[in-house]
This record gives sequence, C-alpha cells and structure tokens, in this order.
Amino acid sequence: MSDGLVTDLPSHTGERVGFFTDTSVCIGCKACEVACKEWNDLESLVGELTGNSYDNTGALTAQNWRHVTFIEKPTPTVAVPDPVEPAGVTLPTALVAPDGAASLVWLMSSDVCKHCTEAACLDVCPTGSLFRTEFGTVVVQPDICNGCGYCVPACPFGVIGRDESSGNAAKCTLCYDRLKGDQTPACAHACPTDSIQFGPLDEMRERADRRMGELRNRGEHRARLYGHDPDDGIGGSGAVFLLLDEPEVYGLPPAPIVPTRRLGQMWATSAIAGLGLVGAVVATVFGGRR
Amino acid sequence: MTAPVGTLKRSDRSEAPVGYYGKPIVRAHIWDDTIAWYFFTGGLAGASSVLAAAAELAGHPQLARHARRAAMVGLLPSPVLLISDLARPARFYNMLRVFKPTSPMSVGSWLLSAYAPAAGGSWILRELGLLPRLGRALGVAAGVIGPSISTYTAVLVADTATPVWHEGRRELPFVFASSSLASAGAAANLLSGLERAGSPIAGRLAAIGVGCELGSVELMHRRLGALDTYATDPATHRFSKAATVLSLGGAVGTLLSRRRLPTIVSSLAVLAGSVCERFAVVRAGTASASDPASVLTQQRPTG
Repeated sequence: MSDGLVTDLPSHTGERVGFFTDTSVCIGCKACEVACKEWNDLESLVGELTGNSYDNTGALTAQNWRHVTFIEKPTPTVAVPDPVEPAGVTLPTALVAPDGAASLVWLMSSDVCKHCTEAACLDVCPTGSLFRTEFGTVVVQPDICNGCGYCVPACPFGVIGRDESSGNAAKCTLCYDRLKGDQTPACAHACPTDSIQFGPLDEMRERADRRMGELRNRGEHRARLYGHDPDDGIGGSGAVFLLLDEPEVYGLPPAPIVPTRRLGQMWATSAIAGLGLVGAVVATVFGGRR
Repeated sequence: MTAPVGTLKRSDRSEAPVGYYGKPIVRAHIWDDTIAWYFFTGGLAGASSVLAAAAELAGHPQLARHARRAAMVGLLPSPVLLISDLARPARFYNMLRVFKPTSPMSVGSWLLSAYAPAAGGSWILRELGLLPRLGRALGVAAGVIGPSISTYTAVLVADTATPVWHEGRRELPFVFASSSLASAGAAANLLSGLERAGSPIAGRLAAIGVGCELGSVELMHRRLGALDTYATDPATHRFSKAATVLSLGGAVGTLLSRRRLPTIVSSLAVLAGSVCERFAVVRAGTASASDPASVLTQQRPTG
C-alpha cells in the first residue's frame, strides 16, 4: 500500500462512507449477492423456489448480507421511458402482457444494512461487540458477540440476524476488511450497472439528489429517495436508496425510528413504576393491620 | 408457495399482499420461552426484596423472612435462564465487558450483578443468624435495587422495533412493576401459608398488584388500538386471558380466604397469572413484529 497513490481514499481521510443504491438501473442479476457471499465466505444455500418472482433469497439474514428484491407490479397504464441516456442506462421497462390485457412494472432493488447514523443494533448491544468503525460503518465483532440476540428485534429494518451455527449476530460489514485495504466493497465492485455505488457518504447523497432530479425531469414521478435525510428517525442512513415506489413495496419501513431515541422517556417511566411499587409496599406494610 | 413464477395466474399477481409479499418488515425477537420465565423470576425477586426490606424495617420479621426466601426463589433460577438463552452461553461474562447506558440489557446485567450479592447475602446471613447488621444492610440494599430489577425488563422489550412493545412503552413498566408486586405478595403469602397461616399484608399486596396489573394492561390495550396484537394473535390472547382469570381469581381468593388451603391455592393462582402475563407480552411481540401491517400502522398513523 503506497501512500503516494491512495491518499484520497476513505481509510486515509477518515471520511464516512456509504452506498448509493440506484434501483432504477438495477437489472436483478444478483451479482452483488454472489460477490458478497464469495468475499465474506457466507453460506450459499440452494433453497426452494419461493414463487415470489425471481427472489429466492427471501430476506436479509445472518447469511444474506445483500438481498435483491423483485416486485412485479400490475399497472393500469403503460409507462414507456425516455430514450437511453448517454451513460447507457435505461429505466425499468413497463411490460405488456402477451394477451395485451394488462401491463406489469418490474421493480428490482438490492437491499443491504443501512449502517444507520443512530444505529439501534449498536445501541442495544450489551457486550460492545457491535461498534462504529473509522469509516462510520457499524460492524459486529464475532469474537465478542455472545449471541444474546437483542440486536435482532432492535433493528428498525429487520436487517441483522443471528447465525444459528455460530451463534453470533451477523450482518453486512460494508466490507470492513476491504475498506482497510482501500478496496471497494465486493457488491459495489461486482455491480455491472452501477446500481450499487460506493464512496464518501456526502458524495453518495449528492449523487442521489442529482439522479433524482434527472429522473423527475424525465417524467419519472415515482422516483423518491430513501434514507438520505439526516433528520429522519435514524439520523440518516449510510446506504441511500433511489426507489421507484413506496418504501413498503420493497419491504422497507416507511418511517423507521431508532427505538433508543425514546430510551430516556422509557427509563423515566420505569423509574415512576418502580417508585409506585415501593410506595405500594411501604404503605401496605407500614400502614396495614397485621 | 413453491410454484415457479410461470405458473402463477394473473389473479395471484393482482391480489397485492401487504408490503413485500407479506414478509415481515422488522424481525421478531429470537428469545426462547426462558425469557418470559426470567421476566417473571426477576420481577418476583426484585419486588420480594422491596417487601423484605420494608417488612424488616416495619418490625414484621416473619414476613421479612418469607419475602427474602421468595426473592431467592426468583433470583436463583434467573442467571440460569438468562445464560441458557444466549447462543454463546460460554461468553456470558462479556455482558460485563462494558457498561452501556444505551443498552437496557447492559444496564440490567450490571443491576443484577449488584442485586444478586445483596439479596443472596442478606438471605444467607439472616437465615444463619450471622452478622445481623450486615444482613440487614444488605437487605436494604437489595430492597433499593429491587424495583429496577422488576421494571428494567419492560424497558428492555420497549427499546426495540417491535411495534406492540415500542408503542406500549408508557404502560409496560407499570404492567411489569405491578405484576412483580402481585407475584411477590403471593409468594410471601404462600410461604407464610405453607409454614403456618397466610400473611394478610402479603395477601393485600398481591391484590393491589393484581389490580394495578389489570388496570395498566387495560390502559395499554386502549393506547395500542389497531396495533393490539393481544386481540388478534390467538397465543397472546390465550395467555392474556389466562393471566386475567388467574390473577383476578387469585386476588379475590386471597382477600377472602382465612384458612391455609384456600390461601395457598389463591397465591398459586396469582403467581401463575403473573407468569401468563409475561408470556402474553413475549407472544405479543413475536406476532407484532412478524406482521408487516403492524409496522405500517405504527409508522403511517394517518394512512
């Protein structure tokens, strides 16, 4: 590693990095899933066909750190996109069924850990196994995790899972090891359409804004950004998405909030309840007849 | 649903399930039933230590002795239940690797580490009649930490993305505190009844606990509205119903009975009701998190 060549890369600048996932150019090839499993040595199970379009991965789990969603959406009108951009990207094509009776829009998106600014998994982890890296990402240290499972229901996105063979919590590390070696995360590296982009988070947000503007100008009114707002319930996501429908269509929560934000209120309530308990006991024991 | 896409009929496509193929948006907790038992045993221990300390100070040594024993009945299985629910139980000590105020489980681990020696020490010393002043001091310490042992578990579940738990965050600490109080009163009454005769003070506390428990559960139902998994999930509903019947029946029986056998049976009913109340909370969480509609209702109150 020569400092002279790579001084502007994240590990040298200490900048927060993240993903911009532009679902408008995702072709559903699942190269991201494969590259992730290859690099991170995750289990590749050939399961049953789910019947949910081409999605046989199912969900983000301890072994699936990328998950390509496929949505087949019936639509009353046939929206034909504008001609191909110079960059060589096209919008998802609206399909007309062979019988011509209805049309179908096919949405694809590669989902991943959001590496939240305010991360619930990290907040609730009792061992300190989950930690914030120098890249601003959230990573599990498998040698410390004792498999308590608290992070699993805490995550507002249902991302993190517990691996039943190792007993450890596991999720996307944003390729922490690759970042340390000034490499792009495996999924972004493998993505053939630049649907998954990687870089400093500020730049990712700018690109997302720019791309949104482009699509809106071209009449794609379904386009919306997800996770880009630092004032949202998780303080902004480390993985910004450009979606072509409501978040819940992709299985994403529409207004996620880190539960820990209300922790002070919850401790206060529990203190009042505890005092009530003491009050009831004291009043009964001291005030009561025997 | 294992049919390949090509065989799906158009009607299958147009009947849109909630969210993404009806799949959960958040993930349900993955704890075993041991966690529900721990919510009960920890709650019983904490509230019993409060009762023991108060009874000792008020000059009711018999009641204090029974409450200390009830605290041990709750405390002794608690670490076993907690550690057995870890996927890496051999690493349980990592719970004390850091202190994290943002993690109710970390706070609880430290509270339990402070509480256990105090409650255990006071019990041993008082039973053996050794070092009475230290025994009493430890008893007071256990009584001071006790309420937090009874209620932190409510914060633990509320501090998750599980809709029914998070939206029940204002009532759950009261449900847990009062259910703990009911179980502590019932346990002391039971031990007292087994020895000679029931303790009227403990019986009254059990009844007060049951009243507050059922009241705060009712308030929680009202707040939850459409999010109320208690009404929609059969397992939750059964446990909740059982909790109400057992607690209420036990409380009435406790107040009315003058003889040993009815006292013992009534106390056991209150204890069983408290167990069912915790199982209802745990089951409600599973059902709530597994249902994508629940998350959408929580996050889109207008739509």
